[in-house]
Amino acid sequence: MIPEKPLIDLEVKQSRNQSSANGKLAWRLSLIVLAGLIFGFAIAPIYDVMCKRFGLNGRADSVATNFDKSIKIDKTRWVTVNFTGNTMPGLAWSFAPKTISMRVHPGEISLTSYTARNNANNSVLGVAVPSVTPEIAMLSFKKIECFCFKQQTLRAGETREMPVMFYVKPDLPKDINELTLSYAFFNGLPSADKAGLQASALRALN
Amino acid sequence: MSSTTTTHDAHGHDDHGHPTGLMRWVKSTNHKDIGTMYLWFSFTMFLFAGALAMGIRAELFQPGLQFIKPEVFNQLTTLHGLIMIFGAIMPAFVGFANWQVPLMIGAPDMAFPRLNNMSFWLLIPAAILLLASFFVPGGAAAGGWTMYPPLSVQGGMSVDMSIFALHILGVSSIVGSINIITTIFNMRAPGMTLMKMPMFVWTWLITAYLLIAAMPVLAGALTMLITDRHFGTHFFNAAGGGDPVLFQHVFWFFGHPEVYIMILPAFGILSTIIPTFARKPLFGYASMVYATAAIAVLSFVVWAHHMFTTGMPVAGQLFFMYSTMLISVPTGVKVFNWLATMWKGSMTFETPMLFSVAVVFLFTIGGFSGLVCAILPVDIQLQDTYYVVAHFHYVLFSGAAMSIMGGVYYWIPKWTGHMYDETLGKWHFWLTTIAFNVTFFPMHFTGLAGMPRRIPDYSQQFAEFNMISSLGAFALGLSQLLFLYVVIKCIRGGAKATNQVWDGAQGLEWTVASPAPFHTFETPPQVK
Repeated sequence: MIPEKPLIDLEVKQSRNQSSANGKLAWRLSLIVLAGLIFGFAIAPIYDVMCKRFGLNGRADSVATNFDKSIKIDKTRWVTVNFTGNTMPGLAWSFAPKTISMRVHPGEISLTSYTARNNANNSVLGVAVPSVTPEIAMLSFKKIECFCFKQQTLRAGETREMPVMFYVKPDLPKDINELTLSYAFFNGLPSADKAGLQASALRALN
Repeated sequence: MSSTTTTHDAHGHDDHGHPTGLMRWVKSTNHKDIGTMYLWFSFTMFLFAGALAMGIRAELFQPGLQFIKPEVFNQLTTLHGLIMIFGAIMPAFVGFANWQVPLMIGAPDMAFPRLNNMSFWLLIPAAILLLASFFVPGGAAAGGWTMYPPLSVQGGMSVDMSIFALHILGVSSIVGSINIITTIFNMRAPGMTLMKMPMFVWTWLITAYLLIAAMPVLAGALTMLITDRHFGTHFFNAAGGGDPVLFQHVFWFFGHPEVYIMILPAFGILSTIIPTFARKPLFGYASMVYATAAIAVLSFVVWAHHMFTTGMPVAGQLFFMYSTMLISVPTGVKVFNWLATMWKGSMTFETPMLFSVAVVFLFTIGGFSGLVCAILPVDIQLQDTYYVVAHFHYVLFSGAAMSIMGGVYYWIPKWTGHMYDETLGKWHFWLTTIAFNVTFFPMHFTGLAGMPRRIPDYSQQFAEFNMISSLGAFALGLSQLLFLYVVIKCIRGGAKATNQVWDGAQGLEWTVASPAPFHTFETPPQVK
């Protein structure tokens, strides 16, 4: 019986080694799971950065730019800028551009405006999301002032003129001589309100 | 005596007889029992989601609205997709992995038997959530299995149930995959090097890696959806500065690897069955391994071909078009290897082989129609038409599901100890294959002619082809009841299976008795 003893120990040891090796590998594999989870959420900011960089899906378009004084007006070239706009479901506003189309020189600052009317019986918060087509033109279309930079509140039945001040940069690709600026007006969300309230509550605390 | 007791304590389970009754299944840590439960779960879900498809085809039998309201039609297409993918195909492959991986590598069980039990039992609440979502106010989720916002943000509580179900299924898949990888790396029989592993084990190893990398990304997308729905974030809401297209990127970053998760184990099954019945070793084993790995790596850089029409820069579209086309290279390697395995082999055509040959042929058709969809200007025409429906049913039904059927016929003698009824098996094969093609081949034509998918009604011009598709679909659905009958008949009796079962079969699983005893390979076999 005595020579059997070391054998048992060996077997027990082996199976303990086995299960601790299994456990170690499983924990290492869960690092891949963690990385996948982090990456899944990280796609959101990465997407934001990519869209701003490449002028996609309106992201490069919702911030004001200061006019660069060194830009010269290119009098030799005409660009037609078309305007359109619509309201999304859940927003009882009438919304349309005052001018449908303008011819501008690249580098020249122009002003146009949209008209919005609140048809609801209460005051409503709206958010306009701009976009430019063709998409490649978005990086060259700059807004100095726009109603889309902040939320707009219209009282019941109120009508408001909403100006847009813009210029087209002379680096607009040569083969593009017409572009369209479009706005989609969304109902400002109750949750957006909530986020705003939370932000001001935090400010009050600090 | 003392030796056996100590060893068993260390193994953490007892084998004093066979546990019986309901508790045998509820508390099972045995890879064979858990594999059986996975396969039955999958079959049940397959029949249920198939019944939903019967509803879809009944409505599409004629133009106009006859049986089903449009909103219910949308629920049927959504749940058909979700349940077939997450409830039928994926669990079936996990069932195969449970049964076959330990037997093929000479391991006594999976590395973590209790986690294995948990992985299975998580499926049940998920399935209940999905099925019960039909009965909540507003009905089941109706925005498509891809759950794109804004529909999925606006939907009722059934969307929450579906999201929660998918979270649970994701946890189950991740835990199961970690278990499979650990089993394969740490518990192979002495002498079985990685490059001596059966091809099925290789494909599952790579699939399991895809699962642990891709499923958490889906979890991220779903969590963002939940917080958008209930906690005031706007990841996907344009009014709050988000973007619905973001969801599509996150979803398809998971979704495309998911496509290969559903096909790589099928490739493994084919690579096991074809050499057996061609009576030749698998042609190009090493190239098969590398091709599988290449497909897995490429699957992470092609996702946006699902969203060519969402407004991407041309450079992006071209990148995704070319990377997608590149996948046909390793896939082609596999198809040619199977053909070369069959070349000049002494082939016989038992039911598993019939299924395998049909899969090679039909999956290749699906591969080619995928290549057609990958061509950017063509895809802009074809996206969201029935051509796409034809494409993904050729890869998912005649690729994945029919490989699963072939695999069941191939291994069921080892599982039950009985041979299945060969005549009925062949009937099942021919009915399935013919009915499948009658159903889905005409969809190429209706799709090319512009019939949009996920719509309960259609223009008169598509009437004939839709009637043919519907007739085929009813035959396809009924044929699966024959499959159920063959399986039950085989479990209850039949000719006694030998240990070897198939004379050309190679591998450790054929060295154990048929049916495979409750415990196998407690002392590891030696592999030369």
